[in-house]
Amino acid sequence: MTPRPLFFRKAGNQLLNLFALLSISTALGGMGWILYTVLQHGTPVLSWDFLTSPSKPYGEPGAGVANALLGTLLMTLGATLLAVPPALAGGIYLAEFGKNSKLADTLRFCANVLMGLPSILVGLFVYALLVATTGQFSGFAGTVALAIIMFPVIMRTTEDMLLMVPDTLRESALALGMTRMRATLSIVARSARNGLATGILLSLARVSGETAPLLFTALFADTWPGGFFSEPTASAPVLITEYTTNSPFESMHAMGWGTALVMALFILIINIATRFIFHENKH
Amino acid sequence: MHQSDTIFRTICLAGAMLALLLTAGILIQLCIHSSEAWQHFGISFLWSSEWDPGMDAYGALPHILGTLLTTGLALLLSIPLAFAVALLLTEAPDWLNRPLSQCVDLLAAIPSVIYGMWGLFVLVPLMQNHVQPFLNKTLGLANLPGGSWLLGEDGYSSGFGFLTAGVILALMVLPYMSAVMRDVFRMTPPMLRESAYGLGCTRLEVTRDVVARYGIRGIISGIFIGMGRALGETMAVLFVIGNLMESPAGLFSCGTTIAATLANNFAEATGLQQSALFALGLILLLMSFGMQILTRYYLTRTGARRGENN
Repeated sequence: MTPRPLFFRKAGNQLLNLFALLSISTALGGMGWILYTVLQHGTPVLSWDFLTSPSKPYGEPGAGVANALLGTLLMTLGATLLAVPPALAGGIYLAEFGKNSKLADTLRFCANVLMGLPSILVGLFVYALLVATTGQFSGFAGTVALAIIMFPVIMRTTEDMLLMVPDTLRESALALGMTRMRATLSIVARSARNGLATGILLSLARVSGETAPLLFTALFADTWPGGFFSEPTASAPVLITEYTTNSPFESMHAMGWGTALVMALFILIINIATRFIFHENKH
Repeated sequence: MHQSDTIFRTICLAGAMLALLLTAGILIQLCIHSSEAWQHFGISFLWSSEWDPGMDAYGALPHILGTLLTTGLALLLSIPLAFAVALLLTEAPDWLNRPLSQCVDLLAAIPSVIYGMWGLFVLVPLMQNHVQPFLNKTLGLANLPGGSWLLGEDGYSSGFGFLTAGVILALMVLPYMSAVMRDVFRMTPPMLRESAYGLGCTRLEVTRDVVARYGIRGIISGIFIGMGRALGETMAVLFVIGNLMESPAGLFSCGTTIAATLANNFAEATGLQQSALFALGLILLLMSFGMQILTRYYLTRTGARRGENN
């Protein structure tokens, strides 16, 4: 190896340090800038009326976004109800029964593929499955789409969390004469419950901001989500899309910002809260 | 085995099988619904660049090229940044490291529609009024050979287009990539790193010759993860790409990607157009599958060479 002058080595090192600093400031600066913009444009429109009255076509007074917020809440909770039981079961299978078998490997690979799948394709799939066959856009179709996005994430998190439970715990439970089912549910899953809750909450927060799969499943409506199973249902992310890309009016843009602020707050609060809970438990 | 255990095992297996079922279901549905388009246009659908609902003539080329260009730009911008961020997070002292890591993780939690909105109202005017004129007039890049491709024929830009989309995507995939890379860098045995420092290596040298070599698999899988996200990202791109059904004419030209086309046209499409859109979806699905399989192939191959059983 030819010797390199110390000066260049040190200079290169300083350049690396500088670049690293620059990169982290880009990342954090970008985040700060986005949040600042959302706050700046979003806070002026926030009011009690904004949060409690339904959306209306442009020009009508007293418009809010309450129906979209309620729609998002319903769809997200519905998706959680649909996705969590099979996802937990699947995660238990991978961690407790399947382990390194060929079948478990295939299923794990499928789950990875599903996780990496562009969410708009899930929208296409649910459209073909539920909307094309019934001829109706509905909030329920949107719920199913969100559930499909949640499912692989929770399944893999469950597996990871269960694998972190030490084997001695399993063995002692079985040695006490418990059945495999009881040992899994009341010992293994129980000791991993914080991790499981975190995984579920984080994926809930993530799908609550998903837009693409709702564009042609739940669509959008200016009404309260009354016909959840048979009518188009409003949701916050789709409202933002509609109000900002399809509307030239300043006031609608402002409402879009307001909705974005509510969503961002919701998601950040869940994220920070889970971190806090999980963190506290570790000590 | 106890009988309840058999039942329990079956239920769990059923839950896990849902993953296989969904994957197969999505593939099959897209194949069925796009079959009309494939029959009508044949394989030349892939390189035809028409998109005319009036004539019922559709082609996928502009969408495929647009997707590849935005993804490529996003990776080009974000790989060095993600690498440096991951490095800083691994090397930083604990009190600095933890809040920074959490901030980077929060960046990943912001919904893409908010990125899109920010892009539309902040980044687009910025690109139009400052970045593009700066590159064009102040730096005079337009006079260089190939400059007109980079910056557009007449040096005019609307602020929308591939570069804007690439910048937003880069910001979006950055936290994912740096999270994976950070975890891998942390797994470098401290002994290796410290012996390199002990030999008098600078941080650059330790990074280049020890950490990066040891963690090359993680770096590459991090890149693949970012690439997968950039390929299929819809909303952030939709807001800033300009939605023009034409092949990329330059970095500042408007265009479209597969996901953006789907989001824009699918709800109103019927008949052959809908089938063509399903065909686009199938192409995107195969791209995403291809990436996953490539990643896995790479990891198993290098794993085998290193004597790990993965």
